[in-house]
Amino acid sequence: MKTKVLMFGWEFPPHNSGGLGTACQGLTKALVAEKIEITFVLPKKNKDIDDSFLRIISPETSYMNFHRFDSPLSPYLGSTEYFRAISFSPGLVYGQSLFEEVLRYAIYGGNLAERETFDIIHAHDWLSFGAGIKAKERTGKQLVVHVHATEFDRGGGEGIDSRVYQIEKEGMEKADKVIVVSAFTKNIVIENYGISPEKIVVVHNGIDCFDCDFTSKNIHKIKEKGNKIVLFTGRITLQKGPDYFIRSAKEVLSCMDNVFFVLCGSGDMEQQIMEETAKLGISDRVLFTGFLRGERLQEMYRLADLFVMPSVSEPFGITPLEALASGTPVLISKQSGVSEVLYHALKVDFWDTREMANKIISALQYSPLSQCLCQEGLKELPKISWKNAARKCINIYTSLLS
Amino acid sequence: MPSVCFYFQVHQPYRIKKYSFFDIGNDSNYFNDAGEGDLNNQRIMEKVAQKSYLPTNKILLELLRKYPEFRFSFSFSGVVLEQMENYSPETLRSFQDLIKTGRVEILSETYHHSFAFLHSLKEFKEQVKAHREKIKSLFSVEPRIFRCTELAYSNDIAKIAETMGLYGVMGEGLDRVLGWRSPNFLYKPKGTEKIKLFLKNYRLSDDIAFRFSARQWKEHPLTAEKFGRWISQFNGNGEIINLFMDYETFGEHQWEETGIFNFLKHLPEEVLRNPDNDFLTLSEAMERYQVRDEVDVPYLTSWADSERDLSAWIGNDMQRDALLKLYEIEEDVLETRDENIINSWRRLQTSDQFYYMSTKTLADGEVHSYFSPYDSPYDAFICFMNTLNDLKLRINKQNAKKY
Repeated sequence: MKTKVLMFGWEFPPHNSGGLGTACQGLTKALVAEKIEITFVLPKKNKDIDDSFLRIISPETSYMNFHRFDSPLSPYLGSTEYFRAISFSPGLVYGQSLFEEVLRYAIYGGNLAERETFDIIHAHDWLSFGAGIKAKERTGKQLVVHVHATEFDRGGGEGIDSRVYQIEKEGMEKADKVIVVSAFTKNIVIENYGISPEKIVVVHNGIDCFDCDFTSKNIHKIKEKGNKIVLFTGRITLQKGPDYFIRSAKEVLSCMDNVFFVLCGSGDMEQQIMEETAKLGISDRVLFTGFLRGERLQEMYRLADLFVMPSVSEPFGITPLEALASGTPVLISKQSGVSEVLYHALKVDFWDTREMANKIISALQYSPLSQCLCQEGLKELPKISWKNAARKCINIYTSLLS
Repeated sequence: MPSVCFYFQVHQPYRIKKYSFFDIGNDSNYFNDAGEGDLNNQRIMEKVAQKSYLPTNKILLELLRKYPEFRFSFSFSGVVLEQMENYSPETLRSFQDLIKTGRVEILSETYHHSFAFLHSLKEFKEQVKAHREKIKSLFSVEPRIFRCTELAYSNDIAKIAETMGLYGVMGEGLDRVLGWRSPNFLYKPKGTEKIKLFLKNYRLSDDIAFRFSARQWKEHPLTAEKFGRWISQFNGNGEIINLFMDYETFGEHQWEETGIFNFLKHLPEEVLRNPDNDFLTLSEAMERYQVRDEVDVPYLTSWADSERDLSAWIGNDMQRDALLKLYEIEEDVLETRDENIINSWRRLQTSDQFYYMSTKTLADGEVHSYFSPYDSPYDAFICFMNTLNDLKLRINKQNAKKY
């Protein structure tokens, strides 16, 4: 008999703004390949999701008494942004706050659970924890919560929203198992949420090499001859450290010409970072592409000479793996989960912009360095697979169900 | 018969401090880390002296006094002796006390513990010569038997050693080199006239150096009594048992808690329990025993890893590039006649600098980082290349002055 999992998420490619959607897709694909049956619940119906391998139920397709559950729920929305989002949509009847929306999702989840058949519940990050808890309460089935990020990461050390914290804490307390994406996150969960270590399992994220296009040899070279590209991708927000990236860029440019720094992404700090770039006098060397996905993002990865992830606090961080899979060496902050599983990378403390610059320059100037990083890094990728992550999840399901 | 020939390697490199690109042109001190970490050469020298050199020397001196038959050999790199002089004179004195007994031989090697023979024969010979002078001045003895860095060995190395007037040379006693023959005899290297070859008995050597504290090893715990019995078993089918290992095995690689010192204390007694056994220095062994056969080693071997080759030092692009760039500037370096520059260049040749850059995955899946003071092979390479680039700046400046 197949194990059936009722899974609550909140974003899924191509409608994702960050790594969570990518992670959910990678994990669910690998789980289904291991003969797990998944019903995936999303707050929003996305028509163009590649869902051939799982069944997606969105609130609006339910038999619940919701008319067009057109929720603005999005994983990287704080309560301030939520109010901004609803104020731009007058006439639409949303919940009065983000937290009312989360509650609505929870009630929906509970009702849905009563009608579905499944063996175990698996909820990803705080917006879906409420739905997971309700589903557990209504059916008595066991709950696994999966922590991809905590409020302490999102806050970037600038304070946290206590309401989000409460929801996260309750989800972890009521869960039967808590999956975290790194030992880095496990420590946060133990220290800041008081969760017993025995209840926590580290399941590192993975990467499917087959998702990446290695054969594309006819890449159109947009690089001017001799110009190097240093790439940042991700949301331009405090947690991701774009400000440290820019300050390192300044130091690099003080001793090297012919380098361009590219930021692919958007976010609440975009304006601020642009202004700082101008203030540092390096605007002509820093390019903002906006948010890229799919083939265009892949192309940026391939064009880059070095990928940098300067995150201040990164529970996992899939982007360096994507860069490596595209044949680009990576520099990552030590404050990241991925640095626990990726040995062949340059590593720095995010705040040490001098050292970051030293390593960027070295990677650009000493070609054997980037060659070795790439060759050895590529060899490491198969070990960091979604298959391994899925098998760890299945072990958790099995131990809970036995 | 058989005679136990111990040789202990004593070496510490000058580790390069965290040298950033931004230091190039601003800082010409590469080896003066003063922090709490493992790049602080003085700190390491003092630590290893306390944990290993001083206590082991004390035991060996007692054993030499107690057993008139006890003998062994040392090989010191020039750079470790320099560091003893500067950071731990007490340790140097205790080594001198051992040599004064006349029953401890010192071997010949390159002053800078380098692989110079791979790139420049001239530089290689210069370093062997400098080493001989250092040994003469500190210990008043002259080395006669050559040991190449990391026990690197091939027919060619034997030939070079012979032309330099040395009487013996040493290598790893590999099965693929020896075939059906055993390492427990003296051999003649192919293509040489008189020089004699000592081959390491890697099983018995590694039983002490690597497996001593391995709980999963079926012979654990290894006692002196058991090891003495193993030696006696070679009676009649072996003449010399060559036990070659790093001296830091005692107290540093194998901690005191493993019982390694106790093992050493009782070993001579257990070996000598059988009156057919004894201990010899390598030179004494060469005088007593005959060459039994010729051995052909056309390629380079070493004592490292399961491959016993040089892949831990020249296995990846970073290592090969760093070596190439380093020897490329030989002429320019020597042209400066600046002692400081030449010295720095030679310290960069020490094999450890390249070992730290290894990206090899070991047989057990572990990464080759256990003995590295750097966070990663990439950090080691970056520090090395930045340092080399600063050195080049200084060389150019110095040589430009002359014209």
